[in-house]
Amino acid sequence: MSGVELTADEVRHVAALARLGLDDAEVERLGRELTSILAHVNTIAALPIADVPPTKHSRDSADSLRPDVARPGLPREDALRNAPDPSADGFRVPPIGA
Amino acid sequence: MSGIDVIGLTAERAMGMLRAGECTSEELTQAYLDRIAAVDGDVHAYLHVDAERSLAAARAQDAVAGDALSGVPIAYKDLLSTKDVPTTAGSRILEGFVPIDDADVVARGNEAGLVSLGKTNLDEFAMGSSTEHSAYGPTRNPWDLTRVPGGSSGGSAAVVAAGCAPWSLGTDTGGSIRQPAAFCGLVGLMPTYGTVSRFGVIAFASSLEQVGPMALTVRDAALLHQVIARDTDRDATCTGPREPIVVPDAGRLDGITFGVPRAELEEGVEPGIRARFDESLAIATALGATIVDVELPYSRHGLAAYYVIAPAEASANLSRFDGVRYGLRVDAPDVRSMYEATRDAGFGPEVKRRIMIGTYALSAGYHDAYYVQAQRVRTLIRQDFDTAFQGVDAILLPTAPTTAFPIGARLDDPLAMYANDIFTLPVNLAGIPALSLPNGLSDGLPSSLQIIGPAHSENLLLRLGAAFEAEHAFDVVPPSMRSGA
Amino acid sequence: MSAPWQRDGYEAVIGLEIHVQLNTASKMFCSCPNNFGDEPNTNVCMVCLAHPGALPVANAEAVRQSVRVGLALGCQIPDVSEFSRKQYFYPDSPKAYQISQYDQPLCGEGIFRVPGADGFTVRLTRAHLEEDAAKMIHAGGEGGRISGSAGSVVDFNRVGTPLLEIVTEPDIRSPEDARRFLTLLRATVIAIGASECDMEKGSLRADANVSIRPIGSTEYGTKTELKNMNSFRFLERGVEAELERQLGLVQAGERIDQETLHFDPTTGTLSSLRSKEQAHDYRYFPEPDLLPVTQDQESLAALAGHLPELPVARFDRLSEAGLVEATALVLATDTGLAAYLDDLALRTGDLKIAANWVMGELQAHLNADALSAVQSPVTPERLAALIALVVDGTINQTAAKEVFAALVADPAATAAGVVQDRNLAQVGGDDALGEIIDAVLAAHPDEVEAFRGGREQVIGFLVGQCMKQSGGRADAKALQGLLRARLSS
Ligand SMILES: [Mg+2]
Ligand SMILES: [Zn+2]
Repeated sequence: MSGVELTADEVRHVAALARLGLDDAEVERLGRELTSILAHVNTIAALPIADVPPTKHSRDSADSLRPDVARPGLPREDALRNAPDPSADGFRVPPIGA
Repeated sequence: MSGIDVIGLTAERAMGMLRAGECTSEELTQAYLDRIAAVDGDVHAYLHVDAERSLAAARAQDAVAGDALSGVPIAYKDLLSTKDVPTTAGSRILEGFVPIDDADVVARGNEAGLVSLGKTNLDEFAMGSSTEHSAYGPTRNPWDLTRVPGGSSGGSAAVVAAGCAPWSLGTDTGGSIRQPAAFCGLVGLMPTYGTVSRFGVIAFASSLEQVGPMALTVRDAALLHQVIARDTDRDATCTGPREPIVVPDAGRLDGITFGVPRAELEEGVEPGIRARFDESLAIATALGATIVDVELPYSRHGLAAYYVIAPAEASANLSRFDGVRYGLRVDAPDVRSMYEATRDAGFGPEVKRRIMIGTYALSAGYHDAYYVQAQRVRTLIRQDFDTAFQGVDAILLPTAPTTAFPIGARLDDPLAMYANDIFTLPVNLAGIPALSLPNGLSDGLPSSLQIIGPAHSENLLLRLGAAFEAEHAFDVVPPSMRSGA
Repeated sequence: MSAPWQRDGYEAVIGLEIHVQLNTASKMFCSCPNNFGDEPNTNVCMVCLAHPGALPVANAEAVRQSVRVGLALGCQIPDVSEFSRKQYFYPDSPKAYQISQYDQPLCGEGIFRVPGADGFTVRLTRAHLEEDAAKMIHAGGEGGRISGSAGSVVDFNRVGTPLLEIVTEPDIRSPEDARRFLTLLRATVIAIGASECDMEKGSLRADANVSIRPIGSTEYGTKTELKNMNSFRFLERGVEAELERQLGLVQAGERIDQETLHFDPTTGTLSSLRSKEQAHDYRYFPEPDLLPVTQDQESLAALAGHLPELPVARFDRLSEAGLVEATALVLATDTGLAAYLDDLALRTGDLKIAANWVMGELQAHLNADALSAVQSPVTPERLAALIALVVDGTINQTAAKEVFAALVADPAATAAGVVQDRNLAQVGGDDALGEIIDAVLAAHPDEVEAFRGGREQVIGFLVGQCMKQSGGRADAKALQGLLRARLSS
């Protein structure tokens, strides 16, 4: 069982990738919890199975393609119905920022 | 108050009453609504009930010459999208969200004439084994209100056990149908991957999860599975069942060979669970079945593999909750801080935990060591099952190593919580079906038997389940929920 | 290869990433219409908006067209390909991941030949199928740019448009070659009908990876990425500007940073773009909602066998038939014009004469009237009849041009009819020409004297005068002969 200890900076980096704004207490707690979970997960890290093909899909390939037939989209009211900040014809977002 | 006693009423019996004209769907629905009003305050299994809407749907069924299941009520896990009816996935981030279409399984239910009683509680985004991780508060186990109902489909289990719905739909990503069914003394079926549409099921771990029935009897589970196991053009991974689902009758087990992975039972199984399990083996033998040992050597690594693969997929699946098109938004001066504030406020601790694990496991430098390695283990787990099924028809295991644990007991120890799924999640990793059914009581709480079969063996599992069920003669109604109790 | 870009001991190393929007009826992963220019947020559904529970289902036609493009570009087509999730947060990406392809693209390695005397080859790395992003309308910022914007409105109509990304190896050695390669690649995609490849509408978008290195070096320098150049001219100019910039940095002893740049064609300057994901950690993994796509050899052979004639092959054919390279290239890259030419050549029996007409009068008329070859009122049939009158000597070139103009003006007119109505038949016979010559020689005694005194070039003037006398209808060749005979007698 290899010991990975996640530093606060690593936790913040992962949180930034996942766009989770965490406060310091959460960073500390998650650092602890992730470290213990990863310690368990690491029990498989050392298995000598490099030649085993990874399962990349949940099932075998089926004829899963769709014929190219267009159907009308939603009425715009429906598309915008759940929007937190709709404009007349779209979804408003704050500035992209510096 | 209507005169119909819905406690312990099976869907099949309800169907019989409707078809015989003994009651209308409206009366039946009202009886369930009354029951909900009476006990759901204690159980807290429903997140959304709209009595008027349900009664209108029931009247609509009464107005047409219904057949089969039309007019029978049902409850849906709140992970399943319901058109024009709020759907939260148990999360703050979807508070107020109203889907613009039904999940395929809900649409199939509507086509069959089922009447929705409401949406049931769950661990947020189905991440959990106790329904304590719901943003809307925990559900309590009808067998003991101080205990969890299991999870993540804890609400769907509790409503059936409490007589607040004849049956329900849940979803199973690592045991989320089977374990709550086990904790609440119900039958739960995890179908073969790719036989039930996931369209409209709010995604947690796409390659692992399926929708399945939760019911009082094996026959009810089969009846409901008939409704939902269908091909669709809205889920590329779904082709429906390979053969029609058959509602089974109890019978003998002559010619059946069961495999038991004894090595997996050595550790962590409560004595009462183990005792009930051994009794079921004796029942099987008495019914003419043969019991042999099988080995599933990589199953013990299932937990580790699962806690890489499921969070990895979840981390991507939950990225869409960004405050732009629906759901919660926390205002901020720029897009990035809006994302971060929204997701911080909208997701609960367990969801954040899993997003973090998944993001970490997929991030540069760790991808191969975690994600690819876990998928290799998945291959080996599948091979273990394939090998085992060359010699046996089905594999028997307890569904969970424990009975329902007290609310709060495992909340601070994620690994202990995860460990409750050790017998269920290898099944999801292999994409094969499993049936969980009541297996007597242990210290007054339901114990459960899990029958695992090869891909597309649902009919076999249901038939085997019916045989055990007849021998167990389990009383599905929790003592405190019995009429007059 | 045309003159490679080489300055002060350095050479250019250029690779392209080309995004082509496929012109399917529906989008890549849902059945919304794949339409450009509709009202914002009207071609969207649960999948487009990434509603919870929405799932992608891949468009068979997009897969088929991608494979056809791959085959046309000379790519290997693997038996199995798979979709992957490429993760980044941005409002134009509703799922916060793009369904793309990672290590198993639909089209693998290939080699694309730019033909001609100074032709060259470009190795293709891959071509993979993915979905386009949404469009953001930035409010308040100058010229719709991000900087200084008061926020944006997102239009999800474009999201999910099937997009084929074609990636080349860094085998291109000059901005001009980059343009030539892209021109031919575009013509190839258009020829098979997979896309309109309209750079203005964004259905063809090119990014260039640019670096320089000492001539003779086999290593690569630090590259920069020029994003979304929306015309061939901007591509050429942008790459040129970036090469100059890099050379300047190297000569000043400064470091070249790996960055993404935007070329402003109005000022000719390059500016650094902020990256979408600073760390560029896309966390790719196989898309669990989609199953692998398999190809069988039989269907691949059928697809390959049904491709139309491709521009490179057409160039070879036309060159071998004797057309000059520039002409062959124009015709090779314009499928409509080439089809017209082939039709015309079949009717006239002479490819070169047909090519002269297509490149001359026809093209001038198409350009002036903004028509495509197939839209021209002068069909190959009508033009062939006109050419026949020239070939058999009924009319001369001057008259032929007048007849062509008449055919354009009146779709009902025939070449023979115009010649008759306007009396345009050549004045041929010796008697008729003799009369004209007599008159001209009588009127210009000085020039006759000069010719006989050895100033041969005067003959041109005299021919011109005779032609004028004939009202432009004289058979110029016969006229010369007769005139010479008369002057030297
Ligand atoms: Mg791309
Ligand atoms: Zn759509």
